Amino acid sequence: MLKLGVPSKGRLQDDTIAWFAKHGITLERTGSDREYAGQVSGVGGVQLVLLSAGEIPKELAAGRIHLGVTGLDLIREKLLPWQEKVAVMAEMGFGFADLIIAVPNGWVDVECLEDLDAVAAQFRKDHGFRLRIATKYHNLVRGFLQSKGVADYQLIDSQGATEGTVKNLTAEAIADITSSGSTLEANHLKVLADGLILKSQATLFASRFANWDDDARASLAQMQTLVKWDDITL
Amino acid sequence: MLNDNRAAIREKAATLETAFRNAGALHVESDALLPADTLLDLYGEDIRARAYVTQDPVLGERMLRPDFTVPIVERHMSEGAEPARYCYNGSVWRKQDAGSQKASEFIQVGFELFDRTDPAVADAEVFALFREILPDDLTVGTGDIGILRAAIAGLTTSDKRRAALLRHSWRPTRFRQLLDRFGGKTAPIASRVDLIKAAKTDGIDTLIKSSGKFLGLRSKAEVHARIESLINDVNEPSLPSGELAVIEAILNLDCTAIQAVKKLHELQSDLPAIAGAIAVFETRLAALSKHGVDVDTLAFEGSYGLTSMEYYDGFVFGFQRGEQVIASGGRYDALTSVLGNGRDIAAVGGVIRPDLLLGVA
Repeated sequence: MLKLGVPSKGRLQDDTIAWFAKHGITLERTGSDREYAGQVSGVGGVQLVLLSAGEIPKELAAGRIHLGVTGLDLIREKLLPWQEKVAVMAEMGFGFADLIIAVPNGWVDVECLEDLDAVAAQFRKDHGFRLRIATKYHNLVRGFLQSKGVADYQLIDSQGATEGTVKNLTAEAIADITSSGSTLEANHLKVLADGLILKSQATLFASRFANWDDDARASLAQMQTLVKWDDITL
Repeated sequence: MLNDNRAAIREKAATLETAFRNAGALHVESDALLPADTLLDLYGEDIRARAYVTQDPVLGERMLRPDFTVPIVERHMSEGAEPARYCYNGSVWRKQDAGSQKASEFIQVGFELFDRTDPAVADAEVFALFREILPDDLTVGTGDIGILRAAIAGLTTSDKRRAALLRHSWRPTRFRQLLDRFGGKTAPIASRVDLIKAAKTDGIDTLIKSSGKFLGLRSKAEVHARIESLINDVNEPSLPSGELAVIEAILNLDCTAIQAVKKLHELQSDLPAIAGAIAVFETRLAALSKHGVDVDTLAFEGSYGLTSMEYYDGFVFGFQRGEQVIASGGRYDALTSVLGNGRDIAAVGGVIRPDLLLGVA
């Protein structure tokens, strides 16, 4: 049995179902709306596993599901080194989100990372602590800022409503995903010109640690004829 | 059960520790779980990628000891009297990159000397001790970050620019970027040029006001002050090419210590501020000679230790077998001044990896 992990609710689930339908694969929820159960038709031997999108990277890495739909951002943040744990089967063309660094609009003197770095040094002198950047993408943000030579900052964990942290005085800047930029705008924040950390979209990943037995491979091959991805060694 | 290499490594570590004790060091211990905030303030957020962090609901964030230097300096600051010689022998933990063959847990045996009477003499004592303890077949490298720092401090430019260069002196890419900008080799940042133009025509306050609702802990006054300093910076002349050439020449030094002294004296006419650092270098070489170190053949690199040893700010040294660093050390006065809230202690020290020394890591 090939286990396919799909987001358990919301827009991401709807778009995922539509994407598979477009390729002749029907994902159906069974039971009541609230029951996390479903079935797959169009390809034989596939079991639908409904999971929170945030859990899917971990389940792929553990090999408990063979395939999973989630954002590249979550995979890159949670799995290191990600290419050794999962393979990209198909970029799905929805769930577009950019991981960016944003600062208050009022910082008219800050347009790029070099400005942010200079401000961080001065901020530490003025306030006695390191400039706070709120994010849930700790690994990605730290790696990015290190590669760009930005110092004297600290990461503050924020698992939601990150755009509000600046107004609430719990952070000076944020690193978060944005699709249209309207939440940033509403919270009086602007993206740094060179502050794009990662472009993400919903992606179908395959686990490199799942039990790829003959049955699972046969289902995968059927799926490949419908979705038409390049051959990938798993 | 067959014994693994750990017993042999422990025995080697004990031998090294005895050698340090015989050199007058007091054997000290430190906690393995350290408060994270001190280490974070010192090394910045990057330390999280290298040290193991754990959460205690009562004590807050803790880190598994990534080195002994910080806890030992802290203890010396609160309890110690000078001069002091300490040694330690225990495990440290470091996260390694994916696919790396390097150990994430290993033993360090180290020696630290706190003595402000004559730093150059203290440097020589520590280096000579390591050289005596370690086998002769290792490749020796030395450098002096103090010379580069003196050169930066002596540049004909604003305090702000000198501070920015000093702050990034151990991040080569960023340092180079700043040097090129201050040297007029790269164009100023376009958005900054626009900002300054707008600030001059409309006034800084109007500019801030027009950005809409103002949020956050960083105040309007701080934004205002930075724009003023950016305006002042525009009038700052480019770094003289002669001075840039001196920085370049220092970074490229790769010769014997004695040849380095000669070359530095030649560079001194273009940047007289390095005279003091050269004098320290010469005093150290004289002290090394007294310890029987042949300074005519001692290797010296101008950028030695710049990327790997971020808290060192003076003499630096290393003993290698091929690419593997068996022992390393140096002077870290700046670190003690950060930990001591401005109260500084002259400190020099180094560590040996018994596992690598045995070649069984």
